[in-house]
Amino acid sequence: MKITMAHGSGGESTSALIKDVFSKCFKNEILDKLEDSAVVTGSGKIAVTTDSFVVTPLIFPGGDIGRLAVCGTVNDLLMSGATPKYITCGAVLEEGLDIDLLDKVIASMAQTAEEAGVIIVSGDTKVIENRGAEPGLIINTSGIGFIDESKEPVGPFNLKDGDKLLVTGNLGDHHAAILGCRMGIENDIKSDCAPLGDIVGNLLADNIRVHAMRDVTRGGLGTVLNEFASASECNIEIDEESLPVDPSVKEFCGLLGLDPIYMGNEGKALIVVHKDDAQKALTIVKNAKYGANAQIIGQVIKDRSKNDDNYVILNTKLGGKRVVGLMYGEGLPRIC
Amino acid sequence: MIGDDIKAIAEQLKNYDGDEVRIMEVCGTHTAAISENGIPSMLSPKIKLISGPGCPVCVTVTAVIDKLVELSMRDDTIVLTFGDLIRVKGTNKSLADAKADRAHVKMVYSPMETVKMAENDPSHTYVFAAIGFETTAPVYAMVLEEAIAKGLDNLKLLTSIKTMPQVIRWVVKNGGGIDGFIAPGHVATITGSDIFKELSEELELPFVVSGFEGAQLLLTIYALTCMKGKKGIKNLYKSVVTPEGNVKAKELLNKYFESSDASWRGMGKIKGSGLVLKKEFEKYDAGSRDLDEDNMPAGCCCASVLVGKIKPSDCPMYGKNCTPDNAHGACMVSTEGSCYNYFVSGRK
Repeated sequence: MKITMAHGSGGESTSALIKDVFSKCFKNEILDKLEDSAVVTGSGKIAVTTDSFVVTPLIFPGGDIGRLAVCGTVNDLLMSGATPKYITCGAVLEEGLDIDLLDKVIASMAQTAEEAGVIIVSGDTKVIENRGAEPGLIINTSGIGFIDESKEPVGPFNLKDGDKLLVTGNLGDHHAAILGCRMGIENDIKSDCAPLGDIVGNLLADNIRVHAMRDVTRGGLGTVLNEFASASECNIEIDEESLPVDPSVKEFCGLLGLDPIYMGNEGKALIVVHKDDAQKALTIVKNAKYGANAQIIGQVIKDRSKNDDNYVILNTKLGGKRVVGLMYGEGLPRIC
Repeated sequence: MIGDDIKAIAEQLKNYDGDEVRIMEVCGTHTAAISENGIPSMLSPKIKLISGPGCPVCVTVTAVIDKLVELSMRDDTIVLTFGDLIRVKGTNKSLADAKADRAHVKMVYSPMETVKMAENDPSHTYVFAAIGFETTAPVYAMVLEEAIAKGLDNLKLLTSIKTMPQVIRWVVKNGGGIDGFIAPGHVATITGSDIFKELSEELELPFVVSGFEGAQLLLTIYALTCMKGKKGIKNLYKSVVTPEGNVKAKELLNKYFESSDASWRGMGKIKGSGLVLKKEFEKYDAGSRDLDEDNMPAGCCCASVLVGKIKPSDCPMYGKNCTPDNAHGACMVSTEGSCYNYFVSGRK
């Protein structure tokens, strides 16, 4: 069965699609009421975020657009120090989309929501005409999380002199997996698409002095480092030797002239902690789900006088120094 | 970790206090590798590295871009290109601008995709923007080989292929004084190292064939520093580069392409410095001959940068109205371009 324009008409076909695919997978007492808006409980400081997902292929090694749509939004909430609680799902379906494929994606979304401890409380579907060769699917998720006000605020403006930088695992996996799929290059690279609740929850529960967190998505680690250096008006120094990159991803990048520092992940974060908590934080992250390859990669230097306008410096394995600037263009492969 | 021998070499390069040595790396991949490894920060101020005309995007004249833009506007034609080229400005527009105006431009990762696309869609002509050096040209020959085997009439190449030896002569004659060359590793893989031996004799300058690892590049720079003022060739990339090169790839090249004069951005027409499709394959040519016009934007110093007369950061537009996000010159677009590499790596 394929999606037709009738599935977006608001009539019988729409109801059947919602019942047979979305409601079946997302079963919970808030959504089941199918009311105009979900009424939920909660109070205090609330974090809100939204994100749209347009990846192709819809199913890729290590994940699919459904899992991605949950992880992306859940991780954004976590990075603000919030505990994710509710998310919504807006799905834009293209005419001709295979309903079995949609079913798989929505089931994966439900499973990932359960893993991440969030409830999908509201949803919407629309059908649009096919715009290209392969019928696509766009998913938007918005999320709400609650912030424990007894904890210190977490944010990119909060970096302190001597703070240590920790990445929660190998860089570039998601980007390389998707690119490999699109280019038809056979390899064993899998997307790292994952919710980071265990890592963040354990750090905060153990009272690690976390100063800032950001998930390393589009633009890669290089972009996050520059955003942090700019927000906190500091310098950042990292060591190439300590950057965790899977050997297959390294080889893939070498082949295409890509730099893992600028490649996206969907299940990794850069976490900045007080220098005295760094080793303990590393142990906690390494023992948490999805944190096994975590590494301390560098430190914050508050004094900006030394490096003129170049705020993020990488010590190369060879013994040189280079600037990690902003990413330009789209991170395209070199041509020879 | 790097070995003690490399550490010792690094120490010597840092403390070098002899006459100034000006070394040109011709290959764009070397330019990128030098920046990635932070090599400029490891050298004495008396050792200068200059990025030469070895980035294929950087040396492409505007006439080629204009022709591709024109082709992409046709209803029955789809232009396929690598990522880098898409943002390079022609006289008025880049392929990215044309795409935004709904022209038919698609980015691909491999030229071989052209064959599949042309086969699946006989109602359109697929034109691949076949730019590059000896290194990429054998792949274009393979595309043709496959298209001919499949009997495809709707696949064409718009070629702008440059070759190495002649341009090095041109740079030595017109450039800013070069004491030695890091010979292009990829090109040498195809051509063999012997062509640089002849050049070295003729120009009385040293050439060292290098791979792309940071440690090997340091060794190469060290070797060239020691060889200043002498002719000679060293091949430090022996695992890949042989004296005679890749014979099969050369045969494939010779089957489809012949030597021609070629226009280089900012440098003009250089005799025998390019390849064009042979007459017998002209039906696969989307109009590549005589694309010589070179309308560089006013103030752009690409030409002086490409031959080492000035550093990228000496160009008055550099980092001001010419940045990777708003590039006027091709050297600021390509990830192999000298201006781009200076800019993103904070080289001075």
